[in-house]
Amino acid sequence: MSRLVAQFDVRYPTFHLHLDLDIPASGITVLFGPSGSGKTTLLRCLAGLERAPHGFMQFGETVWQDETTGRYLPLQTRPIGYVFQEPRLFPHYNVRSNLLYGYNRIRRDMRRIAIDQVVEILGIGPLLERRTHRLSGGEQQRVAIGRALLTSPSLLLLDEPLASLDIQRKQEILPFIHRLHHELAIPVIYVSHAISEILQLADRVVLLKDGSLVGVGTLNEMLTSLQFRGSFGSHRVGAVLDAKIIGHEPQYGLTQLDFSGQRLFVPLQPSAIGESVRVHVLSSDVSLVIGRSHSPTSVLNVLEATVQEIREISQSSVEVLLDIGAPLIAGITRKSLVTLGIKPGDSVFAHIKTVALNEEVTD
Amino acid sequence: MTDLDLSALWVSVQLATTTVLVLLLVGTPLAWWLAHTRSPLRPAVEALVALPIVLPPTVLGFYILIALGPHGPFGQLMQLNLAFTFTGLVIASVFYSMPFVIQPLQGAFEATGTAPLEAAWSLRASQWDAFLTVISPIALRGYISAIVLGFAHTMGEFGVVLMVGGSIPGQTRVLSTTVFEHVEAMEYGQAHALSAVLLIFSFVVLLAVYILNRRFPIHAS
Repeated sequence: MSRLVAQFDVRYPTFHLHLDLDIPASGITVLFGPSGSGKTTLLRCLAGLERAPHGFMQFGETVWQDETTGRYLPLQTRPIGYVFQEPRLFPHYNVRSNLLYGYNRIRRDMRRIAIDQVVEILGIGPLLERRTHRLSGGEQQRVAIGRALLTSPSLLLLDEPLASLDIQRKQEILPFIHRLHHELAIPVIYVSHAISEILQLADRVVLLKDGSLVGVGTLNEMLTSLQFRGSFGSHRVGAVLDAKIIGHEPQYGLTQLDFSGQRLFVPLQPSAIGESVRVHVLSSDVSLVIGRSHSPTSVLNVLEATVQEIREISQSSVEVLLDIGAPLIAGITRKSLVTLGIKPGDSVFAHIKTVALNEEVTD
Repeated sequence: MTDLDLSALWVSVQLATTTVLVLLLVGTPLAWWLAHTRSPLRPAVEALVALPIVLPPTVLGFYILIALGPHGPFGQLMQLNLAFTFTGLVIASVFYSMPFVIQPLQGAFEATGTAPLEAAWSLRASQWDAFLTVISPIALRGYISAIVLGFAHTMGEFGVVLMVGGSIPGQTRVLSTTVFEHVEAMEYGQAHALSAVLLIFSFVVLLAVYILNRRFPIHAS
């Protein structure tokens, strides 16, 4: 699989970016960290908006920067799409002309993404003839994403594209980013400091602090790791599952999901059968039972799981890391652990009380 | 109006047009540099550009006359006497009107910032392409102000013209010097006619600019 390799060393008056990155060039990678950790600077170095004096960057087979040989592809020649924090639409053009600005500047045979396709995914059909200042913030940002996509980029770089928007507008755009990634199969690097955005979008997380790389891993590796998960908020211990919708039960207000052959019920979803949804399961919502109970239970979601690891958290509580085809964490008391007598390798059933979906963007 | 008056008007228009064109070519990169540089030289360059605003035109004209004359550094270098020629007048006017073109452009470039430029680059535009299709339209108001102020200021030039150009009919006699000469010769009627032309022309141009600005405002994104 092709990879993105980057080494940058660049000093600013108050800040030193110094890191060595090697990640698969696929999926949605979120650059995550507190303000001032170097997320945006890293993204700008990747794009070619900043030139690190000691830098190397390779995307797939192509070297974009190698300061040992002086090789440096200027921004204009890199096959990237870049979406800034602010939409940066051109005020003297209407929406259509903004969308076509980059499209008209790439070779005809390089145009893999069609205008109609982008307009449809982003839902900007009714806006095409409008002046940009007549659009809402969310609409402007969708046009900016569309404009970047229409250069048929091999890599899409998004710098906190939702930061300047209110909660409602964020929820309006997140599904589009998800969709464009799935339908256009472009690797995405997404800068964010919002946990909810990560939970909804990330396949992979690059954790940054003070200009250095703290950790890299899949979202679940990071969420379930004792070392890293503190960065995502201690009240949100849990894991995510990407499940497929296999049926709706509107009479009960439920949607049925399939995850690795197991069934999950969640509140009724607007999405169609066959589409995938991501659910976030908090450790506090998972309890454990040995053997499948034959007496009726009110819990709808019972999943077969294997115990992987038992972690001491405090004097009274432990966490059980489970494998259900993906990681899952159950937070239980130490007393329960003793009562159940489980150890790594044991088979158990995980009861999931509630499943969080379409996480409210609150942070 | 006499033929002499008409020729003076024509010289003035030619002078102002040439000066503005030269200043747009020279001034755009200079204004861009001033707007974006972090060089410690910037205040010194800004002060130099602004000098003609405070300097008496006769002082400026005197130095330019010395520089352009056959014994001045420029005259020696080029083996050429540009004093009392139209070309000499253009050179003098470029310096004289420079702040009126540079300052609006610099202000416009500062307001535009580099954000739209970065966006254009990320959309595969080359430097030139980005400047022509994104920066200059966004800085359009700055350009209109620069052109109008530069043109009007050159049309109204008097002291520098007198020092550098003298008043050679058809070559360096411009509108303002002609009005002066009419008044000195007590030809108030002709002075009236020429002054009215300049007055009405200036008003109409400024009016057009303000109407255009109101009709086609550039909205910040």
